[in-house]
Amino acid sequence: MKHRLSTVVATAAAGALLAGCGGGGPSSGGGKVSDDKIVLGVLTDLSGVYADIAGPNSVQAVQMAVDDFKKKYGDKAVTQNIEVIKADHQNKPEIANTQAREMYDRKQADALFDVPTSSAALAVQTVAGQAKKLYFNTGAATTELAGKTCNPYTYEWAYDTYMLAHGTGAAVTAQGGKNWYTIYPDYAFGQDMQKKFETAIAGAGGKIVAKDPTPFPSDNYSTFLLKAPRLKPKPDVLGALQAGGDLANVVKQYQQFKLKDKGIELAIGLLFDSDIKAIGAAKLAGTMFTTAWFWNVDAKAQAWADRFKERTGQRPTFVQAADYSAATHYLEAAQKAGSDKAADVSKELDGTKFSDFFAHNATVRAEDHRVVHDAYLAKVKDPAKASETGDYTEPVKTIPAAEAFDKPSPDCHLS
Amino acid sequence: MTSFLQQAFNGLVSGSFYALLALGLAVIFGMLRVVNFAHGALYMLGAFGAVALADTTGLGFWWALLLVPLALAVTGTLLERLLIRRLTALDPLYNFLLTFGVALVCQDLLRMKYGAHSQPYERGPFTGSMDLGLFDFPRYQVFVLAVSVALCLAVWLLLTRTRIGTIVRAATERPELTRAFGIDTGRWVTPVFGFGVGLAALAGVLAAPMRAVNTGMGSDLIITVFAVVVIGGLGSVFGSVLAGFTIGMLQALGNLYVPVLSQTSVYLLMAVVLLVRPAGLFGKEEHA
Repeated sequence: MKHRLSTVVATAAAGALLAGCGGGGPSSGGGKVSDDKIVLGVLTDLSGVYADIAGPNSVQAVQMAVDDFKKKYGDKAVTQNIEVIKADHQNKPEIANTQAREMYDRKQADALFDVPTSSAALAVQTVAGQAKKLYFNTGAATTELAGKTCNPYTYEWAYDTYMLAHGTGAAVTAQGGKNWYTIYPDYAFGQDMQKKFETAIAGAGGKIVAKDPTPFPSDNYSTFLLKAPRLKPKPDVLGALQAGGDLANVVKQYQQFKLKDKGIELAIGLLFDSDIKAIGAAKLAGTMFTTAWFWNVDAKAQAWADRFKERTGQRPTFVQAADYSAATHYLEAAQKAGSDKAADVSKELDGTKFSDFFAHNATVRAEDHRVVHDAYLAKVKDPAKASETGDYTEPVKTIPAAEAFDKPSPDCHLS
Repeated sequence: MTSFLQQAFNGLVSGSFYALLALGLAVIFGMLRVVNFAHGALYMLGAFGAVALADTTGLGFWWALLLVPLALAVTGTLLERLLIRRLTALDPLYNFLLTFGVALVCQDLLRMKYGAHSQPYERGPFTGSMDLGLFDFPRYQVFVLAVSVALCLAVWLLLTRTRIGTIVRAATERPELTRAFGIDTGRWVTPVFGFGVGLAALAGVLAAPMRAVNTGMGSDLIITVFAVVVIGGLGSVFGSVLAGFTIGMLQALGNLYVPVLSQTSVYLLMAVVLLVRPAGLFGKEEHA
């Protein structure tokens, strides 16, 4: 056994790589599921990089929607048995695929929610199409879900890369950041963000001087930060399209390399409260970003966020708010239809217009199942002006629903 | 050319972390024949130690740099005494599994307290940048490189120029023979393990001001470090350190010139080294 230990270590290292990929599924609850039952499945990242943006609190948000629905209808509810189940997809498409299958087929889930990480969401969308059951995406941002890969079973409830890029890209370019250097994580979300930013920046009269894909995940962005000031022409803006922990790495290192002093401003593609907390609100104060919603955008939002905080101890992210909104609309549609069949529920949902605490001036577009609603151009609040530690967002302007999202894609044919 | 040198220097900085971690792994493996899978978690604990120290006592970076590695080194000796020691007589796979388990436990415990998102750490020293002749570089990152090089040199001197070093090297290479000379090698096992752990913790503290501090930071890094150790030669202190800096440079330059290969290059190199020199570049073949 003593010989070739290096080979053993190499194998073990490879094993560790794989260990991250396999297994870890929840034990199957089993049991027979009666027909008189609605099962809502939350497929999310329970422990990885997106666990705070979505994760356990997304499960709570859907459960909260179910509890509120039950309270509202009492014994008049379409069924008394509404169950919420959850699974961890670890942000990996192949695990998302198996878990979604398991939830739809064996655990009788009628609809899935959440699903951060675009590549995982695309996998779930395919499974939803095969199972002919509904999927409400709130966690993933790729526009493909309502574009090339769209299907009648998938709804897009919260945001997408078009919304993020057009808000921020256009606003920052209009303020004078004409030349951009963009770095994007090399997977579905990043590649999509890159394309959308390019269009938005060009549309506002700016241009991309250079762009680089970065490894995902990565803890060292120095290569790109060193390259930025040497580019010709020198960029005015560094567009960081990373998310979560990667974004914290980029910003920390952006500050060490003093790029701001060298005349290169930072623009961020996707920014959540947890990122602001991780990086420090003082360091980010004034940084512009686009968001689908934030917890104190208005009184209605805040009232819901207060209830959410009572339940979870934390302020909700827009993904979690969208989960509640989507789950509520799903249940209401099932109530009206008196059925939990995908086709019946869709018929109720398609084309409806609504405004709730999350989505203002919203329309469930029948053409591509994209829910369009108002979005917000915002900036990070100066901590001195914050009302509480979680108060990070200062609205700059409301982007009306019609402008916030792209027109239905010609690649999408639902029927 | 300046750009190339600047990027190479940048690679040395990220190589500093690989070198410190690989150095710890190498001495631990040399002395105990244990491949410490918990090493990444200990690096992560080092960074969290700095965060927790600032949050609870308000002590800054320099205190963290001193206290956190010490505290974790002590924890490491306990880990060795209480758990690892009991399994050393068995197949090395048992200690793989044990240390892998320890890593998972540490990660999940911290995740319960802090969640998965990154923690702020704003106590880093040296915010400016410094002129290195050909180019500017963040002062803090130059400091990280200096600390790493100094520590690697110190360990090398310790191993080659002192009596303790002679004993450790002898025990590493010929444990039975060393014991036959009447030297109690067992005495040195625990301190060496603690020292290796301390190095990982120190790397973690150094990372806190420049990298995202979250529970996943160690598990992402450690896989590369294992590749580094395999390339350098398991148990070879010199090889591990050299491979650490080299891989850092390779990745930084890869990012710039061949982005598609930047992540896979380490594993390709590992595969080639294993084919050509199964014991690693500086490792010695062991025979059953």
